[in-house]
Amino acid sequence: MGACQPPRSIDEILARHPPERSSLVMVLQDVQAAYGYLPVDVMERVADVLGVARTHVYAVATFYRVLSLEPRGRHLLRVCMGTACHVRAAQRILEAAERRLGVGDGGTTPDREFTLQTVGCVGACAIGPVVQLDETAHGHMTVPGVAALIEGAGAAEGEP
Amino acid sequence: VTDHLASPSDLERARARAQARRAARRARVTVCGGTGCQAAGCREVAETVRREVARRSLEASVDVVVTGCHGFCEQGPIVVVRPSNVFYPRVTPARVADIVERTVVRGEPVEGLLFRDPVSKKRIAREDDIPFYSRQRRLVFAHNGTIDPESLDDYLAVGGYGALAKALFEMTPEQVIEQVDRSGLRGRGGAGFPTGRKWASCRAAPGPIRYVICNADEGDPGAFMDRSLLEGNPHAVLEGMLIGARAIGSTQGWVYVRHEYPLAVRNLGIALEQARAAGLLGERILGSDLSFDVRVSRGGGAFVCGESTALMASLEGRTGEPRAKYVHTVEHGLWDRPSNLNNVETWANVPLIVERGADFYASIGTQGSKGTKIFSLVGKIHNTGLVEVPMGTTLRDVVFGIGGGIPKKKRFKAVQTGGPSGGCLPEKLLELPVDFDRLTEAGSMMGSGGMIVMDEDTCMVDVARYFVRFLADESCGKCVPCREGLRTVLAVLERITRGRGRADDIDLLEQVGAWMTQASLCALGGSAANPVSSTIRYFRDEYDAHIRDRRCPAGVCKDLVTYGIDPERCNGCGLCVPVCADGLIRGERKKLHTLEAERCVKCGACYAVCNRGAILRG
Repeated sequence: MGACQPPRSIDEILARHPPERSSLVMVLQDVQAAYGYLPVDVMERVADVLGVARTHVYAVATFYRVLSLEPRGRHLLRVCMGTACHVRAAQRILEAAERRLGVGDGGTTPDREFTLQTVGCVGACAIGPVVQLDETAHGHMTVPGVAALIEGAGAAEGEP
Repeated sequence: VTDHLASPSDLERARARAQARRAARRARVTVCGGTGCQAAGCREVAETVRREVARRSLEASVDVVVTGCHGFCEQGPIVVVRPSNVFYPRVTPARVADIVERTVVRGEPVEGLLFRDPVSKKRIAREDDIPFYSRQRRLVFAHNGTIDPESLDDYLAVGGYGALAKALFEMTPEQVIEQVDRSGLRGRGGAGFPTGRKWASCRAAPGPIRYVICNADEGDPGAFMDRSLLEGNPHAVLEGMLIGARAIGSTQGWVYVRHEYPLAVRNLGIALEQARAAGLLGERILGSDLSFDVRVSRGGGAFVCGESTALMASLEGRTGEPRAKYVHTVEHGLWDRPSNLNNVETWANVPLIVERGADFYASIGTQGSKGTKIFSLVGKIHNTGLVEVPMGTTLRDVVFGIGGGIPKKKRFKAVQTGGPSGGCLPEKLLELPVDFDRLTEAGSMMGSGGMIVMDEDTCMVDVARYFVRFLADESCGKCVPCREGLRTVLAVLERITRGRGRADDIDLLEQVGAWMTQASLCALGGSAANPVSSTIRYFRDEYDAHIRDRRCPAGVCKDLVTYGIDPERCNGCGLCVPVCADGLIRGERKKLHTLEAERCVKCGACYAVCNRGAILRG
């Protein structure tokens, strides 16, 4: 995320933060970014190094929306459900994405290509309805538009 | 690169150098790099501007700067050529060469590419003459569209850190607090608590360590001013925090910023590094006795963490659950130490107050709400974007004067203010002056400044359901009134929008709403009844239509709506045929089309593309 490359191993992640409880949320975020989810053995390691109970790590891991205990797809498709998007029919965009991918909010396609998620607001309200494919926001989204976006991302992946 | 600044005179020398460098340039091309413009392709535009400038060997005399958000997101990508401020909307890479050749080199506007006023139909050359900008008063946002957020020099050139020097060397901490108090500044994050009073309490709280915290967990859907400030002018927020640290007596600051805002995280990180290198963070800042540094924490995507006690719990590495309010965070906050939390926009106001004085600041606004406020004007409105106006400006001036009214000749229905637990205000309240107290009286609130405009196609019962579902999802579950109250209210609203509402449902909604308001632990539950009570108060007829007549007048609630084709209006253009994912619309070209209603999933795609109004929904 941001200017720096996500680190690759759990030791690398832990080395970047002070070994104290206040680092927990940040460490888990970095793990999420590096692995795509929070593997159980990694969470146990984090608990030991930061000196917090495993139940505490589990509580935090299940509280914050950005953290996931299940592996996520290669692409993260986030449909913004903010108010500005809602009044511009974001619900229809979400339903179109659900129909196209065959999964609901939070679901991952069986081929692990896509995870579909709703998000409270991505802060791009002026160009709503907004869909965020990985790091890129796409504004003024339409029902055919979101299908084309999914098609395009899937196709790009299929290239040799 | 700025040198280490060891004294106020070092700062002034660095500023003079930065200003001289800027003055030596003949032009500065600013390309808006806000999120809206990025989605519209501004990066390619900026690259093309750089290439065209280089092709003419003008790099030494022309700055090309990607700035923070200019606010007029509707018109992105935006390019402004300064100092003449010639404004170009919706710029594509193909048009850049013309702009560089004629405006930058020859100093004349490219008539055909200028902004065209939708009302007068006239072309307007200068940014400051466009009604969207000329009707605003940009103080906090003054530099957002002109400076490079990655350049400390740019911030110094527009007077940056002058207020800090003043607070450090010309004022006592008490005087700083007195100025902030007398300015009338109230917190911009939602509650509107007087900032000076908060600072004074924190300073007076016993204990050797105090924290200064910036809440950048902007969670209100529909609001993005904090994002734009952090992305576009991070040093201003930092300067506000430094002044706060001086006033309160703090050595450690925190910024808690949403992980959904990667550019804000990045630009803030750059600003912190620059400030450390320049001696504006660290030990003995500018040679004074203030030592202060700032750490950044990324939020985990939980709305409730915008609440101050939940935010502090999250900073401590715990789940973000609020606690009871009788224990004040100014005394027992982060790690049980005195902590002063303000949001991004509040911090960005502070340098302005110290620089120009409390009297200047207090001369703007209304009796109880001073200064300007940034609103994000979005939804069913022409000129979407960020606008900064004096407190007390009427809703009508904002929505119609600056926002340009409702597109597609639709009728205005409501404007929603205050975030998810705000309220919906109807047409008859358009003359309402917008400030903290008037909005609360009207059953809504200021919140962080979202203004979502709704037109006749918006169903107010659906809007209430939407907000309640959001709040029910985000309720942390710690206290029963919020957790169970929201669940009950949501169930009732869902059955109403499905056409299964009961005659006494409105009474039930009001009763449960009152309990939530009285008994919830934090403001999330305490204000959660607002979206329901305000829509019942002003749009009772829509509730009645759903409950009594099983009808959704706006055509939004799917279970109460069917789609069809109006034989009078359909001209067989065929636009709707390809957008139907199930291929349910058929017909020969230029002849009446038909829609197979039995299999229709009511996605609304055909309704959205038909420009003859021939798709019936009701």
